[in-house]
Amino acid sequence: MGTSEKKKLSIISFSGDFDKLVAAFTLATGSAAVNYEVNIFFTFWGLNVIKKKKGRSFLGKGILAKTFGFLMGGINNVPLSRFNFLGTSPKLMTFLMRKRNVATLKELIDAALALNVNLYACEMSMHILGITKDDFIPEIKEVLGVVNFLQYSEGGDRIFI
Amino acid sequence: MATKQLDITREHCPMTFVKTKIELAKLQSGDILEVFLNEGEPLENVPKSASEQGFKILEILHIKDKVHKIVFEK
Repeated sequence: MGTSEKKKLSIISFSGDFDKLVAAFTLATGSAAVNYEVNIFFTFWGLNVIKKKKGRSFLGKGILAKTFGFLMGGINNVPLSRFNFLGTSPKLMTFLMRKRNVATLKELIDAALALNVNLYACEMSMHILGITKDDFIPEIKEVLGVVNFLQYSEGGDRIFI
Repeated sequence: MATKQLDITREHCPMTFVKTKIELAKLQSGDILEVFLNEGEPLENVPKSASEQGFKILEILHIKDKVHKIVFEK
């Protein structure tokens, strides 16, 4: 079945913006469905997507980190990169996506998990924010640095979103 | 040997093939999956992607209007 050498796509999910996450997970699920090995490396704002706590919470170590943790929030707080209107737009966009029968961000993430997309978290940004692997959903395979990311993504396409 | 059905006539990219792939992956050897889909992008790509992954296409039937049925076997 398929080719012996598996094609590979590695996505660096940096922005944590709703619309860019939809793009990242659309690429990830579509590629995984046609048998690509897919890696998503969440860093900085992207970490909000994989937090266990979906809403705002004082995650992190120390007052400053906790404040950042609260302001960043979880998957329920990811903003639209334009016309966010204090967080109403992602909800309106989700409504529109449902109405038009296009997969919502949550459905795309569930599909990515079902297709065994590899999810990784960035060690350095976790260190800044004082959060640990236990703060993330259990599907996060590993906490990585640049060297490991390069190694895992070697020989495939790399995209920064 | 089981027969399952999947309707992706209301789905769009990438969920057309994503949902098909998730169901195909659950099949045991000899199982059948009947997929209902629309002509255009899904009809062009779903059978192509599935056969590239080694699933057998037993038949493609026109049901009505835009809707087609593809019968896959693992």
